[in-house]
Amino acid sequence: MIQINGQPAPDAIGQTLAAYLANAGYTPAFVAVEKDGVIVPRSQYAETVLSDGDTIEIVQFVGGG
Amino acid sequence: MMTQTHDPLILGGHEFSSRFIIGSGKISMDFTPTVIENSGAQIVTLALRRANQAGSENILEYIPKGTTLLPNTSGARSAEEAVRIARLAREIGCGDFVKIEVIRDSKYLLPDNAETIRATEILAKEGFVVLPYMYPDLNVARDLQNAGAAAIMPLAAPIGSNKGLCTREFIQILVDEIELPIIVDAGIGKPSQACEAMEMGCAAVMANTAIATAGDVAGMARAFGQAVAAGRAAYLAGLGRVLTHGGDASSPLTGFLHD
Repeated sequence: MIQINGQPAPDAIGQTLAAYLANAGYTPAFVAVEKDGVIVPRSQYAETVLSDGDTIEIVQFVGGG
Repeated sequence: MMTQTHDPLILGGHEFSSRFIIGSGKISMDFTPTVIENSGAQIVTLALRRANQAGSENILEYIPKGTTLLPNTSGARSAEEAVRIARLAREIGCGDFVKIEVIRDSKYLLPDNAETIRATEILAKEGFVVLPYMYPDLNVARDLQNAGAAAIMPLAAPIGSNKGLCTREFIQILVDEIELPIIVDAGIGKPSQACEAMEMGCAAVMANTAIATAGDVAGMARAFGQAVAAGRAAYLAGLGRVLTHGGDASSPLTGFLHD
């Protein structure tokens, strides 16, 4: 099972990270992504293919002190 | 007459003319630019969270251009978690500043000083401009300085409490003994308290909840910016002396209309 931000996301398997972000409506410039605990540089989104067993975190800035 | 014209706050080699740092929490996004502009702040704190609302607006669209972003590591319960958050924040691509916040206590939200020192050491080595939020303790402040912190951020009172300078005497010790900028964070509730911190010699003040919970948020942001500037001017001018007892007339003691 692939987990994205703590939720199962079977539909993401086989997509590139770039395609997944675009399909889900994320603006790459506003997010950072971690795959299995390792940061994926933005330049590698297009060549990073999401696979079964991946743990993906997509984070963004929010208001905070 | 001596006036101070160039008195920048310097953090990690960057110069700032405003000594007020504003937090962006608990303020509606579309109102954020107005609040920041009213405060005059050039540094704004942000938090990092899971992006679960794809397609919705992002706070980065609401931060005025030229503002320095200061991501915090809120949510971190250990040095490792703080380091992870800091690295992710830097990856978004908005600079090298980070406010370390390591909290294991959910009631008082007091920082874990030991973990904060560890996180500071790791992140300073990675080139971050590290501003650690800490409980005001001189030994810890020295350790943070040795670990490569760019400033020290002692708390005035528990986060979001608006209780003011509860730790006043201990912050004064840091101001007197530590060469790094001392930036009072957390707990400041009124502009007068921010002003007092600056009169004490603090390099800057950060506030969020005091503004976000005010009746007129933009008005309070302006008041804080002015209070911090006034306190800095007073510190630079040098406060007048305090008498131990008795009074000292300001008007001449001669020429009275009686003998």
